[in-house]
Amino acid sequence: MHKLEEPTMTESDAFPAPTSLEKEAQDYGRTFSETDLCRDPLEDLEAYPPAEPIIAEETKLLLSNLLDISPVLTEVASAIIDDSFTRCFKSNPPERWNWNLYLFPLWCLGVVVRYGILFPVRVLLLTAGWIVFLTCFFPVHYCMQDHKLRRKLERDLVVFLFGSFVASWTAVIKYHGPRPSPRQKQVFVANHTSMIDFYVLEQSTAFACIMQKHPGWVGWLQTYALPSVGCISFNRTEAKDRHYVAKRLREHVEDPESNPLLIFPEGTCVNNEYVVMFKKGAFELGCTVCPIAIKYNKIFVDAFWNSRKQSFTQHLIRLMTSWAVVCDVWYMEPQNILPGETSIEFAERVRKLIADRAGIKMVPWDGYLKYQRPSPKLTEKKQQELANAVFRKLEGKLL
Amino acid sequence: MGNSSSMLTQYDLEELQTHCQGIFSQREIVALYERFCALDRTGKGFILSDEFMAVPEFALNPLAERLLRTLEGVNFKEFITLLSAFSARASYEHKVEFIFRVYDSDRNGKVTMYDILEVLRDLSGSFLTDDQRKQVVIQALEEAGFSEDSALTYQDFLEVLNKAGLKMEVEVPVD
Repeated sequence: MHKLEEPTMTESDAFPAPTSLEKEAQDYGRTFSETDLCRDPLEDLEAYPPAEPIIAEETKLLLSNLLDISPVLTEVASAIIDDSFTRCFKSNPPERWNWNLYLFPLWCLGVVVRYGILFPVRVLLLTAGWIVFLTCFFPVHYCMQDHKLRRKLERDLVVFLFGSFVASWTAVIKYHGPRPSPRQKQVFVANHTSMIDFYVLEQSTAFACIMQKHPGWVGWLQTYALPSVGCISFNRTEAKDRHYVAKRLREHVEDPESNPLLIFPEGTCVNNEYVVMFKKGAFELGCTVCPIAIKYNKIFVDAFWNSRKQSFTQHLIRLMTSWAVVCDVWYMEPQNILPGETSIEFAERVRKLIADRAGIKMVPWDGYLKYQRPSPKLTEKKQQELANAVFRKLEGKLL
Repeated sequence: MGNSSSMLTQYDLEELQTHCQGIFSQREIVALYERFCALDRTGKGFILSDEFMAVPEFALNPLAERLLRTLEGVNFKEFITLLSAFSARASYEHKVEFIFRVYDSDRNGKVTMYDILEVLRDLSGSFLTDDQRKQVVIQALEEAGFSEDSALTYQDFLEVLNKAGLKMEVEVPVD
């Protein structure tokens, strides 16, 4: 059992999944508040709770209530059979085509073109991009003295590199809304589906992004190239890393020279059909929050990076052997925290804006639950409800 | 029904249907198999405790630990047998049998006051004291005509629990 300092876990307590008991209470509440006296009472017969059996076993009632754990068991079974959290991370394969004599050969031809022609061309393109980047970046980074010009060139080179990545998947990206510009006191937040979200955005504007540290060549980029545009990498399971990030974020937004800050508040990749709860860190910096909604079209390939099932390189290869990556990016209207709104409420409000624009569903779960167990406080909340139910049944006659 | 194949044949489906006494339809069994494969991350053919606990909705339930004793290491056949108690087509007796087994942790066919206290402790946690729990249980047993030392059987459970009030149904989402 991990015992971590969890300063940012508290918001998940505010939004537990509704219990079936709560839902039942809500249903009854709605029915009984209809005080339309003109209605025929017999019409509402089904709305009333089921009648007690005529031969009421009064003496056995307390024992019966005590032993009847069916509501709790129903919740467990419901969680086993289907739960909204697992659904967020399920890769949904596209519908298989109906093969026939005409389509199948065309598909085979498609495979040959994709793997035999497109893929090698794209790999060459990407390699060329890398070579240009590396040969220019190091001289600029280590030798250039003019600070301002160096920053500008580094920014342009990073944008160029990510442009080559994006070109290597023949991405068809439609940007909506005004392009971000470096301004003080502003933060960009977006929903997260794959690491390519960062690439898609970075190739249009050089953002400074907060990212989970990755191994391999991505880690190399994160350590050597990306800090030049202001990117910050950290390890999400290290509590002291998170503390350090919070401090760096504050410093970054104060600096007028820094690139626009980009944060993915979900904290993890979700399958682009749901959006999990936002961490409040981005919303308590005292800045304007500019939401960005990203929605991928699954028509040629599913852009969801299921980090449990494949490495990032495998994911990129899959994208490079598909026809195209199609997506929409909406740069939305900047939001400020309203008077009297807490940062959690602000985060939820922005999350709803993004979910509505991208057409994805909201779920009340913390993304970090992928890596750790839910807080025991959630279990304790249920236990308290059940204990209260026992009190009520005994009408306060307990010691 | 191999451990790494993700396809059920018609033969498998029929065998499984017979196994759970026709409670689940074939579509439900297919849907449950997909779910089983999603929970069994490494495709071993059975689900470990950790894999159940990775579902947050399961992990935060007060009875999760207790149920893990039964659920741990289940293969697909056992999985659908256990879940069949939650189908709308399962009989009242079937559901009560499930509840009885949750209480009767030592499988001796008898539920004593201590068994009831243990389940109540899982349910209420630190929000009731041991004495309060004991008081409730003794009062409930005595009112119903039992005593502190009584050992309830499955038949007793059938009589005590309210047939009309027992709602223990979960719908299996089919495509």
